[in-house]
Amino acid sequence: MEWETVIGLEIHTQLASKSKIFSAASTAYGAEPNTQACTVDLGLPGVLPVLNKEAVSMAIKFGLAIDAEIAPRSVFARKNYFYPDLPKGYQISQFELPIVGKGSLTIELDDGGTKVIGVTRAHLEEDAGKSLHEDFHGMTGIDLNRAGTPLLEIVSEPDMRSPQEAVAYMKKMHSLVRYLQISDGNMQEGSFRCDANVSVRPKGQQEFGTRTELKNINSFRYVERAIEFEVERQIELIENGGEVVQETRLYDPDKGETRSMRSKEEAMDYRYFPDPDLLPVEITTEMLERGRQSLPELPDAKKQRFISDFKLSEDDAALLTASREMADYFESVIEITEDPKLSANWIMGELTGFLNKENREINDSPVSAGMLAGMILRIKDNTISGKIAKEVFEAMWAGEGEADAIIDSRGLKQITDSGAIESVLDEIIAANPKQFEQLKGGKDKLMGFFVGQVMKQTQGKANPAQVNELMKKKLEA
Amino acid sequence: MHNKTIAELSRGLREGDFSSEELTRHFLERINRLDNSLNSFITVSEELALAQAKQADAQIAAGEVGALTGIPLAQKDIFCTDGVKTSCGSKMLDNFIAPYNATSVEQLNAAGTVMLGKTNMDEFAMGSSNETSFYGAVKNPWNTDTVPGGSSGGSAAAVAARLTPCATGTDTGGSIRQPAALCGVTGLKPTYGRVSRYGMIAFASSLDQGGPLTRTAEDAAMILGVMAGFDERDSTSIDTPVPDYTAGLNDDLNGLKIGLPKEYFGEGLDSGIGDAVHAAIDEYKKMGAEIVDISLPNTHLAVPAYYVVAPAECSSNLSRFDGVRFGYRCEDPKDLEDMYKRSRGEAFGAEVKRRILIGAYALSSGYYDAYYLKAQKVRRLISADFKQAFESVDVIMGPTSPTPAFGLGEKADDPITMYLSDIYTIAVNLAGLPGMSIPAGFVNNMPAGLQIIGNYFEEAKLLNVAHKFQQITDHHQRTPAGFE
Amino acid sequence: MSLDKHDVEKIAHLARLAINEEDVPTYAQNLSSILDLVEQMNSVNTDDVEPMAHPTDAVQRLREDEVRETNQRERFQKIAPQVENGLYLVPRVIE
Repeated sequence: MEWETVIGLEIHTQLASKSKIFSAASTAYGAEPNTQACTVDLGLPGVLPVLNKEAVSMAIKFGLAIDAEIAPRSVFARKNYFYPDLPKGYQISQFELPIVGKGSLTIELDDGGTKVIGVTRAHLEEDAGKSLHEDFHGMTGIDLNRAGTPLLEIVSEPDMRSPQEAVAYMKKMHSLVRYLQISDGNMQEGSFRCDANVSVRPKGQQEFGTRTELKNINSFRYVERAIEFEVERQIELIENGGEVVQETRLYDPDKGETRSMRSKEEAMDYRYFPDPDLLPVEITTEMLERGRQSLPELPDAKKQRFISDFKLSEDDAALLTASREMADYFESVIEITEDPKLSANWIMGELTGFLNKENREINDSPVSAGMLAGMILRIKDNTISGKIAKEVFEAMWAGEGEADAIIDSRGLKQITDSGAIESVLDEIIAANPKQFEQLKGGKDKLMGFFVGQVMKQTQGKANPAQVNELMKKKLEA
Repeated sequence: MHNKTIAELSRGLREGDFSSEELTRHFLERINRLDNSLNSFITVSEELALAQAKQADAQIAAGEVGALTGIPLAQKDIFCTDGVKTSCGSKMLDNFIAPYNATSVEQLNAAGTVMLGKTNMDEFAMGSSNETSFYGAVKNPWNTDTVPGGSSGGSAAAVAARLTPCATGTDTGGSIRQPAALCGVTGLKPTYGRVSRYGMIAFASSLDQGGPLTRTAEDAAMILGVMAGFDERDSTSIDTPVPDYTAGLNDDLNGLKIGLPKEYFGEGLDSGIGDAVHAAIDEYKKMGAEIVDISLPNTHLAVPAYYVVAPAECSSNLSRFDGVRFGYRCEDPKDLEDMYKRSRGEAFGAEVKRRILIGAYALSSGYYDAYYLKAQKVRRLISADFKQAFESVDVIMGPTSPTPAFGLGEKADDPITMYLSDIYTIAVNLAGLPGMSIPAGFVNNMPAGLQIIGNYFEEAKLLNVAHKFQQITDHHQRTPAGFE
Repeated sequence: MSLDKHDVEKIAHLARLAINEEDVPTYAQNLSSILDLVEQMNSVNTDDVEPMAHPTDAVQRLREDEVRETNQRERFQKIAPQVENGLYLVPRVIE
């Protein structure tokens, strides 16, 4: 039988506010345990939550970016359950009236097409602390620094049909929250993680199969592998006469498998109800207007502009707009070079290669946009050739300074004095009379030989075009 | 000195008739000597009180005096006090010393008051008799075989017995007004949002409100003036200017429209209480007030709705008491679940457990609509009753409690009967209105309370109405035998 | 609504409350009578009534995004049942 996979994702993204969603403690990552947990984060008796304005603004920005309805009135609710990293015994979240309603996101497919994925809702909530399971004489240690960090939970419709689509959606969402600067999207630090709802059904069947929920996946690679594993597990189960049980499963990246955490029967009864410590959040038209004005150019619009204004190919434009940082870098470079194609080639080629090799983000590239642009200008004015430029780039990367200084100190300036090139050429012709005659006689292949000899003699500093030009003159003479 | 009101003590301090230290020592001595029979204090903070008194005396000497500088008072043990145990009447917090002050405590400290100690209360403010306290029942100074009411029973008893000129309380369903009525003192529950809830250990967040218990309305006005105000740490605190509550105390009541809800004078009301309340209303007529018969038709639904809303909120509010970051943890838990269950099972008393269970049930899957949502809708109806009534009257009056103080242990095993002792006070909390109880007379030598309910933020009106009554009556001046 | 022993045990588990076996019947009886009281609400029709979660009509105030808290771990952990290396300790959590 042919099976169809149905996937919906719940993405949790930490918002990049300075302070927590309901307290004035810092959200900075990596502090000593419990040094950033104030009385509110610790859930001490009598203390109360007050909502962070920035978290609300960020949610509005997100909603506007995915063309969603922003609720004029939304409500915080308590999700009640006991867990040691949940200090109050409830998580403040949103249930019936989330701040962001229905929206959508367009993803690019491998075959070059696009697909619109529905977003059901996005709501604000507080993150929990962390349980550390290293051995404290058989006990668990609790660090509540993360407790109260603002989260935006983005819930998709079950619109994805393959693990690849799920990855494309997650990547696109990741890029979007970073474009909007509402999250640092750091997956290693847990700022961007997801749960996947996965089910299978016979192709053509209308109703959904029973789904399982895969918890806490924190990388693009894992989301693909976890879903792949789960889809295979479910198909195998059904084909062998079994039934999928609705349950929560945990993905184990070391073993590459999912395993059961709890079944529907044991499902938690969260007893949601409106949090009486917080009043309804009203989004005024002024707040919406401010949100609209603060919206940056979004990835899809930017891509289209790159294609039409800079005559870039679809693929190049997609690559250059994959992250806001990349796009900003590109635009800074072309502002100076006024040469989109050459600049794009250098960014997608040499620069990306070096970044990947050292696993760096473009933001901490040792070669700044200004430095790269300076070097490209020297290519354009024939001071250096493209080949020499690679040497210059490597030197800039190694910290030897700006392109001009490197060209100077290493003596890489192209020889453009035609007299000098001609004398070198004359020497070579004199040393290789036989080959020269053969070339004259029509053996065009030898053209390369002479040009190569000149380049060798000048250590690459002769302008190849100029050498060609002179050689042609010699032949005609 | 202990028979003077705050207003009188304030004058005495400023005029140098006595020092704050003398005054403080006097009350501390009375507590030490007389509280054994009442059990109204959980903690007496003698050292802190004397230090604060000395500081107040220095301020008075330097001429930097506010009206409350040097005035001793007691805090209900629900208000967190930095460095002094805050138990909330529970074994759960028997070892809890808050690393912060409640906003009310902060405000009263800043006003120069002296904290004598922390008063006894029903565990987590859940009770109407002060019998659910981990620290034992409080006794009513008018008859120590009877209850003082609750949950602010320690505060009411201490003020009635002249162990303190004033005590703070909290009122979720009548917890200031009912004990004030049963102990013959003046108690004021402000409009929801008027007094900050920050640092006040939550029972039911949408109902809880702090306020003063004093001998007179004038004293209540002075204390409320300090406790009231906007607090940025409490999202439900309301940013409305605080008037001078003492300014209009003597305003004329001629033409005041007093609404008498027929539902507050029906079946279940003790006839002696009814007589006392009617006699009080006659006094108002003499002062030129106009009596309007009104109806609050959903009154009978207030107790049922309250016993969903309050337990639902409390079941969630009390989840933080889990033995992890503070408070009681059971001995040798065998695993995580055992730690939760035994810590909470061993440290919470029966009434607290009942309410947590009812609340968890009302919110649980399949029952939410029938209980919680229904109660929220009924709450709207109850609130609408008041809204309509206040279109035609200035204040509403009736009894605070249907009966005088009942015997210790009399209702302890019957939660329903106990719950019905708040039948006249609970609706006010559901609506969020301000309400007062003032001594209206005596039934068989036990105090009867008159409840005065006002419209939102009309505390000044309530205090004016109460003060004028106290100018022509002396019920509030009577002292229980043995505490003169 | 009448709650039985099983119901009480279920809710007690949800609320993480240990209740002595012998007290369960009393709780069941008490809770049932509270529910009877509560169900008097059903005497009124509330189909068109908007639920009321707060006594006031105010809306949520928003706090400026500023860090104003400092590290007070030592003070806060002084009142904790069990801490080590700045962590709160609990019986092992099994996932």
